Amino acid sequence: MSRDRFERGLLRVLRPVVILVLFLATAFPFLYMVMLSVRDIQELILEPGSLWPNSFTLDTYVNVLTRQGFLTFMRNSAVVAVASVAFTLLISIPGAYAVARLRFFGRRQVHFLFLAVYLFPAIVLAIPLFVLFTMLGLRGSLIGLILVYIAQTVPVTVYMLRNYFETVPQSVEEAAAIDGCTRLSTIWRVVLPLSKPALMATGLYAFMIAWNEFLFALLFLVEKRERWTVSLGLSQLAGSIEIPTTVLMAGSVVLTLPIVIVFFASERLLTEGLTAGAEKG
Amino acid sequence: MSRPLTLRRQEGRAGLALISPTLVITLVVVVLPLLWAIMLAFQDARLINIRRAGVFGHYTLENFSYVVSEPGFWSSLVNTLVYTVFGTGLSIVIGLVAALALRDRFRGRTLVRASILIPYVAPVVAVAFLWETMLNPQYGIVNTWLKEPIAFLTQAKGEFLGMQVPVALLTVIAFEAWRYFPFAFLFILARLQALPGELDEAAVVDGATPTQRFRYVIMPQLWRTIALLSVLRFVFTFTKFDDVYLLTGGGAGTEVVSVRVYNFLTSRDDIGASAAQAIVLAVFLVVFLVLYLRFFSGAGGDREQR
Repeated sequence: MSRDRFERGLLRVLRPVVILVLFLATAFPFLYMVMLSVRDIQELILEPGSLWPNSFTLDTYVNVLTRQGFLTFMRNSAVVAVASVAFTLLISIPGAYAVARLRFFGRRQVHFLFLAVYLFPAIVLAIPLFVLFTMLGLRGSLIGLILVYIAQTVPVTVYMLRNYFETVPQSVEEAAAIDGCTRLSTIWRVVLPLSKPALMATGLYAFMIAWNEFLFALLFLVEKRERWTVSLGLSQLAGSIEIPTTVLMAGSVVLTLPIVIVFFASERLLTEGLTAGAEKG
Repeated sequence: MSRPLTLRRQEGRAGLALISPTLVITLVVVVLPLLWAIMLAFQDARLINIRRAGVFGHYTLENFSYVVSEPGFWSSLVNTLVYTVFGTGLSIVIGLVAALALRDRFRGRTLVRASILIPYVAPVVAVAFLWETMLNPQYGIVNTWLKEPIAFLTQAKGEFLGMQVPVALLTVIAFEAWRYFPFAFLFILARLQALPGELDEAAVVDGATPTQRFRYVIMPQLWRTIALLSVLRFVFTFTKFDDVYLLTGGGAGTEVVSVRVYNFLTSRDDIGASAAQAIVLAVFLVVFLVLYLRFFSGAGGDREQR
């Protein structure tokens, strides 16, 4: 019994310590990011160790949004992300419904194909797409980028939606069919309204991928500054000496904030959708 | 007799029709480019002469022999492996610890949980730049706490407790573990919460200590989730490009194969060699995966028999 008591006592002490360390390790960097973004560069160089600024300034944000062009970058990112979400949903809803409900030739193979796409290294894909888009003159346009993002997210969103569609009772759909609904109108009028949480989760997943992505944005857009996404803009400007670090930290906040808001508005939905397969093991 | 058959066929047609947009986009943007990448790897393709390299072009193994004999290739492969194994292992271990610590309710759990997930959802460019700033030898906050500044990201070798350590590589691995432990945390926590409570309670009644319960009750049930996680993280990390590229640009002993692939593609404009290198990377990945599955599906079977 003494070993038991010792271990329980130890865990009672260790657990809060572990929680505190994890919390600090994840929250502190982001606090640092926000704090740097509202102070002056002179102050940072004089007192690099202090976390709380002597005086707050929002000039960094004005500078990064207007002079460095982040407003344009944000517009590009928003266009890419919203279009990716719309087309991803448009494509994966029928696909997921087919996989969940309909028996068709090759249904099993489709699963394998999607898993393969999900695990497929982007760096291998980057080469032919880079060449193809160069040849087609699509480099420097956002359309090519949107196409790539759709293809990268569709396997996962089909999987997430399929899991949810399978929980919609089949009897409801049969009732709709008896009432004279065609297959498409059954999906539109019965399945989709019942699947709103899953639709939200998949849409947000697609949004996050499109907003955060870097490699393909770098490959396709780097030569056209007015087409840069926020990620690309930050990475390109981060190397330059002329722009103060504090201004770029403001850019980092601008890049991170939308995704954090979106994520926390939907955290439960999203994590349930993504880890649904883990419970079955 | 013919009615059910036609209904079945109707369903099959509808299924194919509904799945076809998904299939078309994955074929056009993933499968066909992959095949083309393989073709390019066997051709002398540069961005200037790419229009002349067709399907029936001249095929050669030169790219592969060139890529493999180039200085730096094998060391980058070793870097990739070290980076992947330690990054994957660390992120899973920390994720497991985090999931166990946050398993039971406590005040502020929602806040801590939310904070833990931010590194994973935040854009890689922002967090890489954040780490660069924090670790900066001139004005980074980490170095103000140290007696002597350390150039974490630009220094290949350093001395620690009298030992030679690869500073930049370790930093990149730490970044990987920090950024991806939430992924492991999410999966393990989901599994933990789905575990039936009775087993654990029975073990308490039998007088099992916390570590015994962890070892004999919880771990056996987590094993499959952890195996799945290690495969997923291994695959993603092995071919990862952006983290290392953004942090070090592949300098200071952190060059991984994917960064080399990118450099061959953009600064040398050598598409063939770049593709060959990417294919070699993918082949190694498949070999490791097969080895892993051989090794671990055997071990998993033993465990279930017990």
